[in-house]
Amino acid sequence: MNKRGTSNTLKWITNIGMAIVCLIALFPVIMLLISSFRPSTELMRTGISLNFDWSMLNLDNYTYIFTQSAEYWTWYTNSLVISAITVVLSLFFSSMVGYALAVYDFKGKHLFFTFVVFILMVPFEILMLPLFQMMISFQLVNSYLGVIVPMIVAPIAVFFFRQYALGLPVQLMDAARIDGATEYGIFFKIMLPLMAPSLGAMAILQGLGSWNNFLWPLIVLRSNDMFTLPIGLATLLTPYGNNYDVLIAGSVMTIVPIIILFIFFQRYFVAGLTTGGVKG
Amino acid sequence: MLATNQSAQTSSANKRSNPILNFLNSKKVVPYIFVSPFIISFIVLTLYPAIRGIMMSFQSVLPGQVEFIGLANYERVFNPTFYKALMNTSIYVVLTVVILTILPIIFAVILDSKLVKLKTLFRASLFMPTLASTIVAGMIFRLMFGETESGAANQIISLFGLDPVNWRYHAWSGMFLMVLLCVWRWLGVNILYFLAALQNVPNELYEAADIDGATIFQKFRYVTLPFLKPVTIFVVTISIINGFRMFEESFVFWEAGSPNNIGLTVVGYIYQQGIQQNDMGFGAAIGVILMIIIFIISFIQLILTGAFKRGDQ
Repeated sequence: MNKRGTSNTLKWITNIGMAIVCLIALFPVIMLLISSFRPSTELMRTGISLNFDWSMLNLDNYTYIFTQSAEYWTWYTNSLVISAITVVLSLFFSSMVGYALAVYDFKGKHLFFTFVVFILMVPFEILMLPLFQMMISFQLVNSYLGVIVPMIVAPIAVFFFRQYALGLPVQLMDAARIDGATEYGIFFKIMLPLMAPSLGAMAILQGLGSWNNFLWPLIVLRSNDMFTLPIGLATLLTPYGNNYDVLIAGSVMTIVPIIILFIFFQRYFVAGLTTGGVKG
Repeated sequence: MLATNQSAQTSSANKRSNPILNFLNSKKVVPYIFVSPFIISFIVLTLYPAIRGIMMSFQSVLPGQVEFIGLANYERVFNPTFYKALMNTSIYVVLTVVILTILPIIFAVILDSKLVKLKTLFRASLFMPTLASTIVAGMIFRLMFGETESGAANQIISLFGLDPVNWRYHAWSGMFLMVLLCVWRWLGVNILYFLAALQNVPNELYEAADIDGATIFQKFRYVTLPFLKPVTIFVVTISIINGFRMFEESFVFWEAGSPNNIGLTVVGYIYQQGIQQNDMGFGAAIGVILMIIIFIISFIQLILTGAFKRGDQ
């Protein structure tokens, strides 16, 4: 009797504790949402503040970005195009590489895989200056291609696809070969569909990474009309800026595609994180 | 295996006699075609830039004029600003690694236990911050930790009778902001990693421990922790590397320059010198040093965690 009493108290304490922790974690997001309905002039004066004049909440910031801010939608389009192309290309090429590393035996296989793991440990940041110089010589500065090209083969995706492809039923390949299928036919028609869950997980991770990518686009993209969303928003964050309406409502709108991506692929996401393991 | 191999080859040979197509479809060649995107991108986008970066670090790189200057860039790198950047980055790495390992373990164990209801809701709300980009998250934090008394952070500490703080203008609070932003964004992800690892702990072990009369703490220490070791190594490794790569957290709070460089990081210094000052040779030299630092730390870590010993994983 007494024992059950203490364990019930413990339950209450942990549950309330977790609820408080979650509220703290969600607090900034909630504040962002509420603040996006505040007048931008007030926001500029006080920042995100706890004392709201609730009667002043309105839709002006959203009306403004939807009707007045062509610049914001240019950034939005840039981000969408760059992310979509990056995700499609990197899934295509990385799945091919990962698949080959998992199902074929060939000379140099282990060396290739070692290189994949090695590149995972080399931070992109130390290559960015020579890469930037290459982009200058190929005249890819300030272009979509300049942002996309270095992201096409993602070592983390290769690693993840290999892990996943190790579990594919190899017997299917032999059966298909007897039926006269080519190796490419086997990959595209039989194996790639079987890898769908891993493609879903990687679509989220690569999509998230590309949508939120900052440093490389900051270096390659030079003009306002080429900026992606994170860079465009960052330019509004200066002390002299007075575009708080675009900044705050625009930030909220930034999260919309991510939510959509999530709704489509969320089933695969936890599996994706725990097998692949990526940050940023 | 051999038999199917032969039959596959004969059947495809029957179908087509074109030797080029047969060659391209042979099991010897196909894997290389499949990995060719990786080989090409590795050579063009990793190997070549790495070599070029090392060469650049010995050069003075000006538009249309590249000159070999020996170790001059490296002599210049070891200056007070670089030490400041390295110090900031190191403190940041230590703090984020410690916090982002210990807190997620605690929360994962709690979320995995039978004590908690609404697991999915808790997990989802802790994961939510990861979806915001560092720029958006940083903007929220910057507006919350505003200088004025009306900023949310200053309002909250005033409840405890503390004076308002100029958050972005002190070394300690600047570091606090960067670490807080990182912890806020990544806590949920790391919890997921540890939760996944906890699924692998067999229930029988806990039951056996119960029979032996183990306390909650003993069960955690002798049953749970050993199972968490691989994922802990993974999380620590990733946090160290990401810590040394840090740039955005600092950029979103101070753009180009923080007062007295309180927010300057090593990558920030590369960006400042290489891109903003257009001194690419100097920037490349910082990059090479960063690379060496990361390799040394990874190496030490691999030894300490016993990754070189056989039989571990």
